[in-house]
Amino acid sequence: MTTNDVLIKVEGLEKSFDGVEVLKGIDAEIHKGDVIVIIGASGSGKSTFLRCLNLLEEPTGGRILFEGTDITDPDVDINLHRQKMGMVFQQFNLFPHKTVLQNLTLGPIKLLKQSKEEANKNAMELLERVGLADRADAYPNQLSGGQKQRIAIVRALAMNPDVLLFDEPTSALDPEMVGEVLDVMKSLAKEGMTMAVVTHEMGFAREVGTKVVFIDEGVIAEENTPEEFFNNPQNPRLQEFLSKVL
Amino acid sequence: MQEFFSTLQDNFISTFITEDRWTQLLSGLGITLLITFFAVIIGIILGCLIAIVRSTYETNVKTKKKLRFSDYVIKVLNAICKVYLTIIRGTPVVVQLMIMYFIIFANSRDSILAAILSFGINSGAYVAEIIRSGIMSIDKGQFEASRSLGFNYKDTMIHIILPQAFKNVLPALGNEFIVLLKETSVAGYVAVQDLTYVGNLIRSRTYEAFFPLITIAAVYLVLVMILTFFLGKLERRLRNSDH
Repeated sequence: MTTNDVLIKVEGLEKSFDGVEVLKGIDAEIHKGDVIVIIGASGSGKSTFLRCLNLLEEPTGGRILFEGTDITDPDVDINLHRQKMGMVFQQFNLFPHKTVLQNLTLGPIKLLKQSKEEANKNAMELLERVGLADRADAYPNQLSGGQKQRIAIVRALAMNPDVLLFDEPTSALDPEMVGEVLDVMKSLAKEGMTMAVVTHEMGFAREVGTKVVFIDEGVIAEENTPEEFFNNPQNPRLQEFLSKVL
Repeated sequence: MQEFFSTLQDNFISTFITEDRWTQLLSGLGITLLITFFAVIIGIILGCLIAIVRSTYETNVKTKKKLRFSDYVIKVLNAICKVYLTIIRGTPVVVQLMIMYFIIFANSRDSILAAILSFGINSGAYVAEIIRSGIMSIDKGQFEASRSLGFNYKDTMIHIILPQAFKNVLPALGNEFIVLLKETSVAGYVAVQDLTYVGNLIRSRTYEAFFPLITIAAVYLVLVMILTFFLGKLERRLRNSDH
């Protein structure tokens, strides 16, 4: 599935908050069709790395090339590029004052200039796909955590993105709801969607990931295919980490 | 006993019937409503603008290292807003009203317009802080989710943040408008013939205080109750997404 089309290229990415260095120079490439799974201890900088990719955190150094454009350049209109980079958050962040359907259609109508009918039709197809078509007129607060996260995923999908960024998408869920969200993510991966996923779900990383990245103290300490990564870890910190979580 | 009632009747007649004084009260009520209505509108517009400038500065400009031209504009506007808030909240509304009428409107002497502007500008300062608190109360994740879809700062504010913020601060806003309605009772200081002014005028003509004063008190009370009723309705309607 992996081709040589580089979708995102990260060069020497650095980020510090008030003088505290969180990312200390990260180089990475995400190709079309990749499912990059990013793991690491809490505070290692893995979420910060992901949030830098669509500039929700502004990097303090380095460059990020998305589809050939340096999006860290202040003269680039980041909003246009963000339309092509969907993001799914740990806390779902659905818009509580809008119905499920409106959550899905807001972006396509306002940003992609789709007609209301077209946007509604696409949204209903996406809802169908995650089994939530019957909740189209519900408000987010009427849904369970797993349902909210599935809605959040299709909200990002409704924009027709080239890549999806997942920031610990199952960490805020009750255990029995983790499966339903992972199933949606797995089916997306199968269809060839490019994804970057920060997660603690090692099973998902092993099964779905095309590459697993271990971030430790602000640098990429190890990256490899899932088999090598889990069966034959080189970095001592990674060995220690895996022995704790597996 | 009978004497008591006949005095009461006389007083009632002199307060309301003689010289058709009830029509004066009615026109006073009209002026009170007119001033309140336009002051509320000015207050909302000013308040929203100031709240947006202030929170844009807080969340967008303050933390930036590389400032662009538009950021400098916000910076200057923010400074102006701060001065405005300090002056308006730091001086009594009656004094502001008199400054507006006797100094700024010295040549035109349009007392009703002066009152509308004074109360509107005064209310704007309070509305601004109420709305700003509403904007600050919205979870950062809402902002990030909207930006991650590709919405710019302005559209995020309009479609995502402000509707939620408005809902959160509606009780506080309602309170501000109730205060504003009653505050207009000092408009008589600059010869506006509002409800309070007219009531007091009738009292001084008839040498009878009971009916005029109790009447205007009752009218304010009823107005506030009506306002409260509609605000409650609006609140319930906006709450339909919280189940």
